[in-house]
Amino acid sequence: MSAKPCLRVENLHVTYDVGSTGFMGARRKLHAVNDVSMEIAAGETLGLVGESGSGKSTAGLAILRLIDVASGTVRLGETDVAGASRAELRALRKRMQMVFQDPYSSLNPSMTVAQLLEEPLVVHADVPKDERRSMVGRMLESVGLHAGYAVRYPHEFSGGQRQRIAIARAMMLHPELVVLDEPVSALDVSTQSQILNLLKKIQGDSGTAFLLVAHDLSVVRLMSPRVAVMYLGEIVETGPSGRVYDEPAHPYTAALISAVPFPDPERQRTAHRIILGGDLPSPMSPPSGCRFRTRCPFVMEICSKEAPPKVAIEGGGMASCHLHAHGPKLGGRSLVGFMKDRALVTVE
Amino acid sequence: MSATTIVAAPAVSLPPVSTFFQRFCKNRTALAAAIILLIIVLIAIFAPYIAPHDPARSSLRNILKAPGSVYWLGSDDLGRDVASRLMFASRLSLVASLQAVAIALVIGMPLGLISGYVGGWVDTIISRCNDALMSFPALILAVVIVGLMGPSLTNAMTAIGLVYAPRIMRVVRGSTLSVREEVYVRAARATGCSDARIITRHVLPNVTGPLVVQATVLMGQALLAEAGLSFLGLGTQPPEASWGAMLGTAFPYMAQSPVPTIAAGVVISVTVLCFNLIGDGIRDSVGRMRRSGD
Amino acid sequence: MSDNTAPLLEIRDLSVQFPSPHGWLTVVDKVSFNVGRNDIVCVVGESGSGKSVTMQAAVGLVQPKGGRITSGSVRFDGQELVGMGNRQINRIRGNDIGFIFQEPMSSLNPAYTVGEQIAEVVRRHRGASRADAWKRAVEALDRVHIASASSRAAEYPHQFSGGMRQRVMIAMAIACDPKLLIADEPTTALDVTIQARILELLRELQRDSGMSVLFITHDLGVVADIARYVVVMYGAQVVEAAPVDDLFGAPRHPYTSGLLGAMPQVALERGHDPIAIPGTVAQAHAWPTGCRFNPRCLYRREGPCTTGALPLTSVDNGLVRCALTEELRPILGRATMVPA
Repeated sequence: MSAKPCLRVENLHVTYDVGSTGFMGARRKLHAVNDVSMEIAAGETLGLVGESGSGKSTAGLAILRLIDVASGTVRLGETDVAGASRAELRALRKRMQMVFQDPYSSLNPSMTVAQLLEEPLVVHADVPKDERRSMVGRMLESVGLHAGYAVRYPHEFSGGQRQRIAIARAMMLHPELVVLDEPVSALDVSTQSQILNLLKKIQGDSGTAFLLVAHDLSVVRLMSPRVAVMYLGEIVETGPSGRVYDEPAHPYTAALISAVPFPDPERQRTAHRIILGGDLPSPMSPPSGCRFRTRCPFVMEICSKEAPPKVAIEGGGMASCHLHAHGPKLGGRSLVGFMKDRALVTVE
Repeated sequence: MSATTIVAAPAVSLPPVSTFFQRFCKNRTALAAAIILLIIVLIAIFAPYIAPHDPARSSLRNILKAPGSVYWLGSDDLGRDVASRLMFASRLSLVASLQAVAIALVIGMPLGLISGYVGGWVDTIISRCNDALMSFPALILAVVIVGLMGPSLTNAMTAIGLVYAPRIMRVVRGSTLSVREEVYVRAARATGCSDARIITRHVLPNVTGPLVVQATVLMGQALLAEAGLSFLGLGTQPPEASWGAMLGTAFPYMAQSPVPTIAAGVVISVTVLCFNLIGDGIRDSVGRMRRSGD
Repeated sequence: MSDNTAPLLEIRDLSVQFPSPHGWLTVVDKVSFNVGRNDIVCVVGESGSGKSVTMQAAVGLVQPKGGRITSGSVRFDGQELVGMGNRQINRIRGNDIGFIFQEPMSSLNPAYTVGEQIAEVVRRHRGASRADAWKRAVEALDRVHIASASSRAAEYPHQFSGGMRQRVMIAMAIACDPKLLIADEPTTALDVTIQARILELLRELQRDSGMSVLFITHDLGVVADIARYVVVMYGAQVVEAAPVDDLFGAPRHPYTSGLLGAMPQVALERGHDPIAIPGTVAQAHAWPTGCRFNPRCLYRREGPCTTGALPLTSVDNGLVRCALTEELRPILGRATMVPA
């Protein structure tokens, strides 16, 4: 990683008030993001992976201060985001943008494409009107749409085209960071890869850093050299995406990868799979020790007693898992090797 | 992926056909109401050219004449032509209700937007005041306000406007509450829009549907309220004529000459009905409207 | 009256139209396929492909939504379902044919316990007593592996998590031992780790009961996981149909092979960027002439691909609707799972 990070997040916490428990009960707090740290270099993509309830989207929103940060630091370049005042924050938005999951609801239906794309320019930069027009035209063409589409309304476009418009809007001010919140999961299969390829191209041209929030590890692997995996508000594993994808070090990561069905019936019949039992525990009262222990096929006694340490993994990154700290169960092998040796296909 | 999504699926690269007006025009009742209202408005505008008589000229020889070829709807207690007076009165009545609704909008809309968008204690205070105002019967409240400010049409309609402002506010607040949660509002915040810009550019255009419906229905109600207040002598002052004032002056002579009373009553009812039907029509068309090319 | 050698469900030339601002649109166009006994058939397609409407039409659910069936027949276990009276078809739905939908929450009534809701279905179709129906409901919950089924049967839908609700829906669908289970995107709203368990469960239930499953999805990974026979739909038509190994081993339609090539997992395996299918999904108001996929097809040729409707022709073990099948055979075959 380069010496000058674009985004540096340290010990980020996000909590929600979830009202009181019953009549006159004490206010309870839901810890949605718990002690999350990450760094993204300029022009780099970091993948943030997890399932619903993992806090990955919440973390993305908190980094952009679209929801309140309970504690921790978020720095964009040299600027403090977490502690920025309202006025400072508005100015900061020029440098960090977001693309939302559902392009059907993220574009104001009463504005034309031109109005949507011009808005960042109007809000942040004093650009004369005819110059705005030509910038909109150029941007539309760079996301693969006709410049003439500027006069149309969002409902006249398909999902994939709308997501192109949303991306164009986010890129209008050449931000340093864009948070992509599940940018393709609401799209048709045949258009998903169009958008992924477009994002890659845009990043190549602009040097913008991406935080890619997604549930699909293969999407993340394609898009980003590094990945962080979240479970129940915490980062459980980080590392180069090749290593994480091929040699996951945390049992949750391994389960997540093995759960995604591969489009090859032969392989689906023979693959080793970890099928997780139980449900995601309530984030209101997370399990003691390791948060994953209630569903982990390798659970040990220590897992309920101590929070797992962050262990550096060969091949890069880290995993928060007792398996690596208390070696006997793994005996120096990787988790995948360990599973294969034991022919571990765990059914609940 | 249900059948309905297929039908409603956004039509790519299509001329924007299925617009609000097409839907509205398919609603025969609402269309008929709109046409009748248009005729009434045209009569109001061109009253000087259409009216057979000078509405203010009294003729003591022709008091309380029955309808006929000279006086289409008869004449009133001062011998003025009822038909001509109704035509001219429509100007006052329509402008008066427009004025009341405009006042209600000017007060109610910003309060509703702020209340719904800001939320918290601001919302609590505005909403409680609103509830208090709405718990009074509208006409009684208007009578009290006119009583304090003195009887005149402007005062009466200002009073009506004040009384109706909470209804506008409530509708706008409700819609704002739901629009506020839309992803595109969050996207606007992510873009760096100020709250003022988000309210005017992102929230307001998307609450106009229910707002227009409410305003249309209130037009009818304001017309009725104006008629009521003028009937009681608290609104239009002689020699000006509005429909309500005409109803008031004609009513004592109901026994001798029923036609002027009935005519004024029918005109008021028909116009109010038109506003209500149009309001319904707009509501039904707006509900399925995907805003386009407006 | 049922003939055990005939397929359980036989859809022939089924066409469905829905009204739109552009007049009646054909959203299902002469679709034919069979679901055999003890079989798992997947219908795969994107939004607007007509896959869900086909299923709804087959069991009489499009008329209430304003649609109409313009042609075709649907034979289920020897009975013709198209044109069957509401009363009769209601007896079949929920009894001989069970359903699971994408949204488990909106399909359950929040005001009743899950046990009551399942028991209600059993009582309606089997005329069982209250106590018997309840017993069956608990059994059904037990079959879908809901722990301590007898006590959980007395709980309300909101007390279940998303994955558990889908189990409840499955329990309701199988409570009457249906011959056919229709599952419309049952795992799309679920997380992948939960999806894996639901697929496992469906496979197990199918194996144990011998019922047939008609599974509708957009995810080729899910298809590979569960299907035995696959029907690929695009633009309201069947474009390819084949046994699962043939379809994935050697796709015969450029759309099928394109969908595979566009999947991130496959691209990773092959070591290149996903190959996007250009353009957007065809829309019912503007079907392209000739092959409906031709504007997006890499192998499109003016003439054979762009004039006249194409028939579904038999190739190897399957069926394909493509003008260039023989020419493309080596190309598409190579472009499959084998790394380049």
